[in-house]
Amino acid sequence: MKIAAYLHAFTGVLKREFWRFVQQRSRFLSALVRPLLWLVVFAAGFRAALGVSIMAPYQTYITYETYIAPGLCCMILLFNGMQSSLSMVYDREMGSMKVLLMSPMPRGWLLLSKLLAIALISLLQVYAFLALAWLAGVEAPPLGYLTVIPALLLTALLLGAIGLFLSARIRQLENFAGVMNFVIFPLFFISSALYPLWKMREANEWLYWACQLNPFTHAVELVRFALYQQLNPSALLITLGSTLLFALLAILGFNPERSANARARG
Amino acid sequence: MAETLIEIRALSHSYGARTALDAVSFGLRRGAFNALLGPNGAGKSTLFALLTRLYRIQHGDILLEGESIARHPRRLLRRLGVVFQQSTLDLDLTVLQNLEYHGALHGLSARQSRDRAAQELAWLGLEQRSRERVRALNGGHRRRLEIARALLHQPDLLLLDEASAGLDIASRQAINSCVRELCRARGLSVLWATHLLEEIRPEDPLVLLHRGRVLAQGEGAPLCRQHGCADLPALFQRLTAGDGVQAA
Repeated sequence: MKIAAYLHAFTGVLKREFWRFVQQRSRFLSALVRPLLWLVVFAAGFRAALGVSIMAPYQTYITYETYIAPGLCCMILLFNGMQSSLSMVYDREMGSMKVLLMSPMPRGWLLLSKLLAIALISLLQVYAFLALAWLAGVEAPPLGYLTVIPALLLTALLLGAIGLFLSARIRQLENFAGVMNFVIFPLFFISSALYPLWKMREANEWLYWACQLNPFTHAVELVRFALYQQLNPSALLITLGSTLLFALLAILGFNPERSANARARG
Repeated sequence: MAETLIEIRALSHSYGARTALDAVSFGLRRGAFNALLGPNGAGKSTLFALLTRLYRIQHGDILLEGESIARHPRRLLRRLGVVFQQSTLDLDLTVLQNLEYHGALHGLSARQSRDRAAQELAWLGLEQRSRERVRALNGGHRRRLEIARALLHQPDLLLLDEASAGLDIASRQAINSCVRELCRARGLSVLWATHLLEEIRPEDPLVLLHRGRVLAQGEGAPLCRQHGCADLPALFQRLTAGDGVQAA
């Protein structure tokens, strides 16, 4: 099969994600409202309680809103990654997954295309949020809005891969509520998205190490540094390694027969 | 060119302890409207899932022009057009978007997909609906769209699993005639799976599947003579003891 055919397949998957994104305006709005609430309401309340001292990548004292902005960008990516997992389970249940599986393209390529498409659509939402945050006075260096793109893309791929990995394990749509409780909340709250790691360490050493083991923490730090035109090498390595690991697990674990067998066994 | 396009050889499949297909063997005639008749639960959908590589073959083999598809699974998928029993259309996308998505998954550019879509939609009488969302179409139009989609990458073999399920009598007959016309005009090989006797003609190459086993195969008329039956309903009554196959 020619390279052009692979590119057409990727473009097709990307277009479908975009068409669905455009039609699901409520999804777009909720993806924006959630982090905005955190930025405007939660951060305003906690600003006084949580002072943030000078720490890398910041060169001066910053407001709490400025601190949590990268974490909220990653929150958008996190919810989108899990949403993709939900849509995969839905497609499988409704039968539309068969269209993808009937393609003569390698399944690995199709899943990779899906991951990349979800990541690119997520990026649009992150930039919409960054624009609103900018209007609310939370600014990053102008060049930072460009240097953060690769970090956001890698983070979106990581979270999309985790979503795909989970979708292979979720047998029914009803089980998805568990993902909220056991995946999204722990990933987000046990990370550096809302509090600096040194604050966590002050509060509880175990919690600090739990944050260190969470790949989402490193993704948030990668985005935070990139937004200020800096590279955090350890965050990059851990995020990249986790992305490759989960993408591999998602592709290897993808088995359309599993749900059919489960149904047949009742 | 061999008369048999696809040969199914001793195919067996189980879901845990339950056997869905038991050493099923038959051939699909090239350029013909091949009928696969069986009541619900006969194993038709499992057979389709194996033919379309949705399931891994557990026992037996499927040969495409004499070559096992296990060696070149993607080669078979390029040559197959499929209409599944359960609709696989994206209801939130338009008719054209559904077709373009399918075309892309088969390596077609957007322009190629749109050009071919225009032809197929015109042929199936859906050209005026191309910008409409699938959700707005009725059941018969959705089935036609699924056929247009299955034809988009110009396959040699069209598989239809209970393609008329859930449609009224007029729509059922229209879909059946449309596929027969495709077969005649384009020389397309067709496998039409159904549990409705009225959709099969005596001259169709026929496979009768019942509880995962092939009970009879061949053209309807000679089969009836062979078993001393007046017509297809009588033949099925005799072979299946009237178990689930519906006559017209």
